[in-house]
Amino acid sequence: MKRTPLYEIHKSLNAKFTEFGGWEMPLQYTSIVKEHLAVRETVGLFDLSHMGEIDVQGQGANDLVQKLCTNDVSRLTDGQVQYTLLCNENGGIVDDLVIYKHADNDYTLVVNAANIEKDFEWIKTHNDTGAAVTDSSDDTALIALQGPRSMDVLMGFTPGQLVYEIKFFRFEVSRVAGIGAAISRTGYTGEIGFELYVEASDAEDLWDALYPAVIETGGQPVGLGARDTLRLEAGLRLYGMDMDENTTPYEAGLGRFVKLDTGDFIGKDVLLAQKEKGDLRKKLVGFHTLDRAVARCGYDVYQNGSPIGKVTSGAPSPSLKCNIGFASISSNTGKNIEIDIRGKLHPAEIVKVPFI
Amino acid sequence: MIPDNLKYNESHEWVRQEDDIATIGITDYAQSEIQDIVYVELPEVGTQLTHKTEFGVIESVKAAFDLYAPVSGEVIEVNETLLDAPEQVNESPYDDGWFLKIKMSDPSELDNLLDADSYQAHIEAEHA
Repeated sequence: MKRTPLYEIHKSLNAKFTEFGGWEMPLQYTSIVKEHLAVRETVGLFDLSHMGEIDVQGQGANDLVQKLCTNDVSRLTDGQVQYTLLCNENGGIVDDLVIYKHADNDYTLVVNAANIEKDFEWIKTHNDTGAAVTDSSDDTALIALQGPRSMDVLMGFTPGQLVYEIKFFRFEVSRVAGIGAAISRTGYTGEIGFELYVEASDAEDLWDALYPAVIETGGQPVGLGARDTLRLEAGLRLYGMDMDENTTPYEAGLGRFVKLDTGDFIGKDVLLAQKEKGDLRKKLVGFHTLDRAVARCGYDVYQNGSPIGKVTSGAPSPSLKCNIGFASISSNTGKNIEIDIRGKLHPAEIVKVPFI
Repeated sequence: MIPDNLKYNESHEWVRQEDDIATIGITDYAQSEIQDIVYVELPEVGTQLTHKTEFGVIESVKAAFDLYAPVSGEVIEVNETLLDAPEQVNESPYDDGWFLKIKMSDPSELDNLLDADSYQAHIEAEHA
């Protein structure tokens, strides 16, 4: 398994580890519920260095990213971030990612850890533009501060009023605790927060600088366990669970990130036809269960005794104190569904996302 | 924190014997490993349990864990308070967090369980 530059620090903090996308990552340091609530109430410190960074630069870069991505790259200004999808020829999702525009013909694509090699090959295979495509994942560390107090913490380590000047889904290349960093006002928790990209060799120094301030502010380090419950409450999909190569953006409820009025991109014909006909094979819905039993990924979903789909993500919500999740279903009439939990049907209800 | 007066399963359930009645729960070590218990699914009174087979499920935020019967017998009482307060298993695993009382069909099964020292050695080996 791969390890991030912060592995030894996690070990010294007595983290419990888990395998995620080929990486040995901290699952939790204390308790998932405590870490989750720290992010909702104060601030959490995350090591996200498993995420992949792929640079697309030079003449042709604009054309290449637009050809690969469903969202409209031309709308980005320098220093802006955009959520987008890579689709295959059938409109199935190869990966979901955020794209950073440094300047004209200069982008970084931040991709899911489990998909780094797949995406890198995909981008190179479709590169007929001459743009340079570089996998800089191993040289890059990513540390996130998420939560209502994240600005207060970061304020102590950045020049002037910078943290207040960076708007949502924008970034600045500056310094944090004297370390060169791209400071991005993004996240995967539904809270205000920042993601800090630094050289892998600077990761320990940055963590060691931020950690005491996070603790002093009442926050704590947060593992992937709480990252999952936080993103689920915020209604954010996880690649490999809520979507995959057999799911189109419309079927994942991500149609707003498909811009059919832009230039050609891979999968556009299929997506255009699917949108015009409205013939989705499945759709992603949010649900909460009506008793205490927990519906988890893979459990069958029924309505009026007939199978209609499966749970794709499910967990107890530490903030809401009920069980929530996403299900991929073929069709439904009304909001009442049942979920097969260990051979018994439990009542659940389709609800709007985000859950919080 | 491993009480001397209890017997233990390798799958981390404890048994408290009073004549032919066995009270069962999970150990402090098990609750601290599972953490954040949000749901406990237990059999109904009258159910026959068989030594070493599954009898229920504990759900934490992260995952579901099967419970295994340390002894065979009939369920005569269920700790109903856990339905609304499953966190009692985290807070008080040996007292308020008990699961079931069983009328044992073969009390000699207790002889095959671990005592406190053997259980301590078992969790150290599991942790190593």
